[in-house]
Amino acid sequence: MPPPPAGSPVIVADRLAAAYGNRLIWQDASFTVAAGEFVAVLGPNGSGKSTLLRLLLGLLVPAAGSLQVLGKRPHAGNADIGYVPQRRNIDRDLPVRGRDFVHLGIDGSRWGVAVGNTASNNQRVDEAITTVEALAYADRPIGRLSGGEQQRLLLAQALAGRPRMLLLDEPLASLDLRNQVVIAELVAELARASHLTVLLIAHDINPLLPIVDRVLYVAHGGVAIGKPAEVITTEQLSRLYSAPIEVLHDSHGHMFVVGLEAESAHHDA
Amino acid sequence: MPDLSLTAAPYFGWDVVRDLQELFRYPFMQHAFEAGTIVALSAGVIGYFVVLRGLSFAAHALSHIGFAGATGAVVLGATPIVGLLVFTMSAGAVMGALGQRLRGRDVTIGLVMAWSLGLGLLFTYLYQGSAQLAIGILFGQIFGITSQDVAVTFVAGSVTVLLVVAVYRPLLFATLDEEVAEAKGVPVRSLSIAFMVILAVAVSEAVQVVGVLLIFALIVAPAAIAERFTTRPSRGVVLAAILAVLFTWAGLTVAYYIPYPVGFFITSFAFGAYLLARLLSHGLGRRTGQTAAANAA
Repeated sequence: MPPPPAGSPVIVADRLAAAYGNRLIWQDASFTVAAGEFVAVLGPNGSGKSTLLRLLLGLLVPAAGSLQVLGKRPHAGNADIGYVPQRRNIDRDLPVRGRDFVHLGIDGSRWGVAVGNTASNNQRVDEAITTVEALAYADRPIGRLSGGEQQRLLLAQALAGRPRMLLLDEPLASLDLRNQVVIAELVAELARASHLTVLLIAHDINPLLPIVDRVLYVAHGGVAIGKPAEVITTEQLSRLYSAPIEVLHDSHGHMFVVGLEAESAHHDA
Repeated sequence: MPDLSLTAAPYFGWDVVRDLQELFRYPFMQHAFEAGTIVALSAGVIGYFVVLRGLSFAAHALSHIGFAGATGAVVLGATPIVGLLVFTMSAGAVMGALGQRLRGRDVTIGLVMAWSLGLGLLFTYLYQGSAQLAIGILFGQIFGITSQDVAVTFVAGSVTVLLVVAVYRPLLFATLDEEVAEAKGVPVRSLSIAFMVILAVAVSEAVQVVGVLLIFALIVAPAAIAERFTTRPSRGVVLAAILAVLFTWAGLTVAYYIPYPVGFFITSFAFGAYLLARLLSHGLGRRTGQTAAANAA
């Protein structure tokens, strides 16, 4: 397990609360995330994991408390944050190449049509696609690609904007086990190479156990953060999910969590 | 349509120059081509986004709502285009504000559409004029276009195309990936409203050429065909515009020589091309599908 990096804090939450209208989602959350940290965000369905990302993106205003992201108050359009939202299925017949999706990550929010520096932008798109090893199918319609291939290209879209922080909402959902491990390791590798801070929402902690620095739990109207060894215990998890969950240790000292799969069979909104 | 029996009946030969001279001999024909081209250009460009955003049925409904507006304006003594614009733009703004929630609301949209036609029927009855007016709005009256109409159409058409160009990238972003676009600071809701209002103007223009009922031929068909042949959005927009212009030119030309309604010919070209495109791209799709399977193996 890699040691937690001692970078400067890039996320500082102080007695933060999230609410949609009058409906309080969670409150009294105080935590910091350091630059370059890889944090897995876990919690039962509907506990407010995506809500946390919406706060960090500046799409939702804190109901109480304060939040600083990369030294500023969160605001939409922050070019330093790469975001991959939770996916519904992309229409199979969508007549758009994966490459065009990636390109939007660079200049999609600019007005007008692309004029001038198109060559350098195309090069950036190529770089991002190469980084996620998706060059072989980037020119095919994105709807026709497999879930893992789509996920790589959407990751490339987030990377094309050259962010300092990645917010990934269930990038491993609907992937088979092999692809879960592959994508998780790819994200970890990219994060190390570019010193990116990563918050990754997941349902199944197992593919992430070898790579995460810390785990952030959103459950029972609150938020808790800690190192995997502290948080991932049978007692803690069973309490957080209000369901019987067991943490097993094999002869090599590897952990394995049992019981979460059933709990997380339905994806939350 | 002017009475052509007074002059020699036009005939089509193999002398292209003579044919073109013949085709543009009358001002009504020149105006039809001028207005038709502008309308087709803007319909094709905006149509690409209509299809990509899954708003074909909404666009269709918008034109029907326009029918109530156009006939209502006539009852009040105004020109049809004013009522057309007011009704389609208002309805467009409401649809745009609903945004994604509009998807899958076929029943609601259909009911509003039917009621709008009913309302138009009432206005036509109240107007006590000839049914010619209603027929013109329902099926278009491209051969009745004056030079003043052409000027108005030119301004409206240019504005819609320029507006789409101005919002092109964020509109594409919001269309393909609304959540990321929103996080990146794209004003998705305002764009959705703006798009539907631009569409309303394009629909109102297109009503002159193909009428309320045949709007699919100019807005949806060219884009639907283009999307079968290119996976690049920029090419799709251009291809849709070119196809819309071609259908219009072909329809006008044939209608000049064969005295059947131009709306029939334009929709026939659109439908024929769509069928052809389906057949061709089905073959293409099977082949790429096979290569994909081969790559995966």
